[in-house]
Amino acid sequence: MTEPLGGLLSAPPTIVAAGVEVFSAALRQQGAGVTDVDWRPPGFGSADDLTQLALDPRRAAANRVAVERVLAAGSVLVDVRPAREVLDLPDRMLLHSGPPLTWETASGPMRGALIGACLFEGWASSVEDAERVLAAGEIALDPCHHHRTVGPMAGVTSPSMWMWCLADPAGGGQAWCNLNEGLGKVLRMGAFSDEVLTRLRWMRDVLGPVLQQAVRSRPEPLDVKAILAQMLQMGDEGHNRNRAGSLMALRELSPSIVAVDAPARDVAEVLRFIGGNEHFYLNLGMPTAKLAMDAARDVAGSTMVTVMSRNGTEFGVQTAGTGDRWFTAPANTPVGLFLGDYGPDDANPDIGDSAIMETYGVGGFSMAAAPAIVRFVGGTVPDALATTERMYQLTLAENPAMQIPIMGFRGSPTGIDVLQVARTGWLPQINTGMAGRVAGTGQVGAGLVQPPQACFEQALAALAEESRAA
Amino acid sequence: MSDSPGVRHVSLRSGVYADSVRLMQVSREIGDRPGVHAVVVAMATPLNLELAAGMGLAPDGDATPDQLLIALTATDDAELAAAVAAVDAALAARAERGEAQTIPARTIGAGLDGAADPALAIVSVPGQYAVAEAADAIAAGRSVLVFSDGVPVEHEVALKRAANDAGVLVMGPDCGTAIVSGLALGFANVVRRGPVGLVAASGTGAQQVSCLLDAAGVGVSHVLGVGGRDLSEAVGGLATLDALAALNADPATEHVLLVSKPPAPSVAARVAEVAQALDVPVRSAALSAEQPDLTAAVEALLADLGVAVPQWPSRPGTADAVPAGAVLKGFYSGGTLADEAMLIAAPVLGDVRSNTPLRPELDLGTDLGARGHVVIDFGDDALTVGRAHPMIDPTLRLEAIAGLAESGEPAVLLLDVVLGHGADPDPAASLVPALQAAGLPAVVALVGTEADPQGWSRQADALAEAGAAVFASNAAAVRHALALMGDQA
Repeated sequence: MTEPLGGLLSAPPTIVAAGVEVFSAALRQQGAGVTDVDWRPPGFGSADDLTQLALDPRRAAANRVAVERVLAAGSVLVDVRPAREVLDLPDRMLLHSGPPLTWETASGPMRGALIGACLFEGWASSVEDAERVLAAGEIALDPCHHHRTVGPMAGVTSPSMWMWCLADPAGGGQAWCNLNEGLGKVLRMGAFSDEVLTRLRWMRDVLGPVLQQAVRSRPEPLDVKAILAQMLQMGDEGHNRNRAGSLMALRELSPSIVAVDAPARDVAEVLRFIGGNEHFYLNLGMPTAKLAMDAARDVAGSTMVTVMSRNGTEFGVQTAGTGDRWFTAPANTPVGLFLGDYGPDDANPDIGDSAIMETYGVGGFSMAAAPAIVRFVGGTVPDALATTERMYQLTLAENPAMQIPIMGFRGSPTGIDVLQVARTGWLPQINTGMAGRVAGTGQVGAGLVQPPQACFEQALAALAEESRAA
Repeated sequence: MSDSPGVRHVSLRSGVYADSVRLMQVSREIGDRPGVHAVVVAMATPLNLELAAGMGLAPDGDATPDQLLIALTATDDAELAAAVAAVDAALAARAERGEAQTIPARTIGAGLDGAADPALAIVSVPGQYAVAEAADAIAAGRSVLVFSDGVPVEHEVALKRAANDAGVLVMGPDCGTAIVSGLALGFANVVRRGPVGLVAASGTGAQQVSCLLDAAGVGVSHVLGVGGRDLSEAVGGLATLDALAALNADPATEHVLLVSKPPAPSVAARVAEVAQALDVPVRSAALSAEQPDLTAAVEALLADLGVAVPQWPSRPGTADAVPAGAVLKGFYSGGTLADEAMLIAAPVLGDVRSNTPLRPELDLGTDLGARGHVVIDFGDDALTVGRAHPMIDPTLRLEAIAGLAESGEPAVLLLDVVLGHGADPDPAASLVPALQAAGLPAVVALVGTEADPQGWSRQADALAEAGAAVFASNAAAVRHALALMGDQA
């Protein structure tokens, strides 16, 4: 027979107390182990909504289902194909990062990337012409997230761009992401100069076909999730720092790349390009996270976040319990360090689908794995540890596949719970690049940012409303 | 970009490497110097060389990415030299390691993560937020004591149903007293351990019972509080039934005593039916007109145990005669003790008015100075808004005693004083002068044990010194007060 009340009647209990501390002293005097919770009123949300969700009998099981799907999801690289084929896009549609937006509401770097994509696709003959067709609504715009796709920064994806094609062997899901262009003046940061377009054309004509042959010739698909797991043990956090991951991806792909039937100088250029790009892995990591988070979609009663994403104007959040509904608010501007003589005034508000990494529990959530990143805001190694410690209190599980050595190999904090965000008053921590606010500028820096609280306020209210109706 | 270029320094160094984050930090630090206009301290990658060129700071000759580019402009040569020196100093500087910090848990859920078992949560946050914290404990498979009041009854029911599913116990809401495996939680007395398990929908009732048992040499295994509403129609005894089942399975518990204010009859019947089927004998001390006396219930239990009923501790008072027409004024801090006083006094005195009346038509409302036979529960929620419980803060009751003396109404003053963990460390210290000033005949029910921090005899002697008659049994105290009033009764 099991002991009643979990052994409570067999031995004096350890105490975890929230609220007035008057009794804690008396308990300590009796020799009890007492942990006083640093309780404070919730950061947001009505008491009614918080209670409604706390008492929803579906919540615990639903969150368990949702987060277990996230943890179970795998990610393997199965192909590289042009977006036109993969996404079955209607003619003259561009995908972009974040929640839905229009040309009118698009920020500088988003406009720059859209202009660049129109020029790249030959839909416009000049910058002015591109601005005209975009302003006239002749080019349809749609979020990447609506197409099982993610894109860093502006995330602009056009039919001629090549896509990494990833599959989840566990759940059968698919996700796609374009190829990373490198740093500096690049389309995803809003640049559209000849240098940018020349590189995009080379990626279309040389890089994409070489990678397709290489990936297709591998005896086994590349296990992309396994690389992410190793990166966390090598000083990367998988969002702002992808050095080890990029090199590992290169190591895995290079035997197949050199065996591709292509001119040696093209092969050499492909290897040089990949080797010179510390963020090459990011565009593999993001669809890996996307596969996991999509696996947890549509779990009624779950308060877990499935998407955090920004379009340069607004930040958008989705949850497992509210399907495809976006909860949006104006995006914050990151704080961090700047390239050259760029400064805070040059930075655009937060942009990119790459916050899918934090949604998955890496990036800012695994800051402890990459203490170098906190120095963007003048932080110390203990700050990095503290950030990850805080994120554990926002999340539903520790991902056993993503271990953080300095945390005693604890799994990364995974599965953001809207209810816990409200109760702790702590917002998710995101590591990010910074694009110049003026179209055409490119990258100006990198740093840290948090979502606007309003997204989570809306999500909480909607989840409570759904709970009452259930 | 600065409009006065001033002087410039551009150099390349080999054999120096720092990562880009560190170099961006150094650049910002140097750029913040007042005499410096523009600065690039970066590895000489093509991207960084392009940035430097854009600022007019391109190095001469070929640079390679493993070289460190230091390029800056300043207002004059002295500033420039100082800035270059500052770059060297910044590159050489070691970051402070910083203080290691731990992040305290902000929720019960986070606090219970990794807590050693058995673990118990105590929630005393404002009532509207208590449910989420209690739900955390249940979800973590741990029992929880909810001290908070103001939790709506439907939420209490939801919590207790979830706890039942999880095999844990919700003590409360508004539960101030429990003893679990010898650990006193909230307002509880230092009593010996023994074979009697208490299930208590009443905090001061549980304290009275456990202290009397202690005085008889009988200890308690556990005192499981269930909250004052548990035996109401709405809650249906959910926690009482769970607590009975737990004690039934507990090897240390040989007898169970159920302590409660008057329960809903249907619930009392259901609980009795369940109790009948248990292996452990269950005796009810739930108050009612038919069973008005907690002390009698303890004495019946002692008989079950084959233990002789002792002489309950007391101290004689100095009052022997009271003025004709004196009324009973019961000023209580314990709700159940107030109920017991009214149940015992009513058959003798007739109607007793109260802020927590036996029947609605006897409600005093807010008129605590009403004349006639009155019993006031100063621990009632309506009187504790914005102040501590009278077991901690005696102010309101002391004011009432002074007010009564001033009114000149002839009266016998009946008080409870509850000792133990959490209570006023020396209640006699404030009560003795108040009684002396009032000069009224006084009877005190002193609930506590010798082992309590305040010491039963120490408090009893001080109160007796002030002329009060003191009883360990509230029922005995009430009967003594009635006896003093003898003739009119």
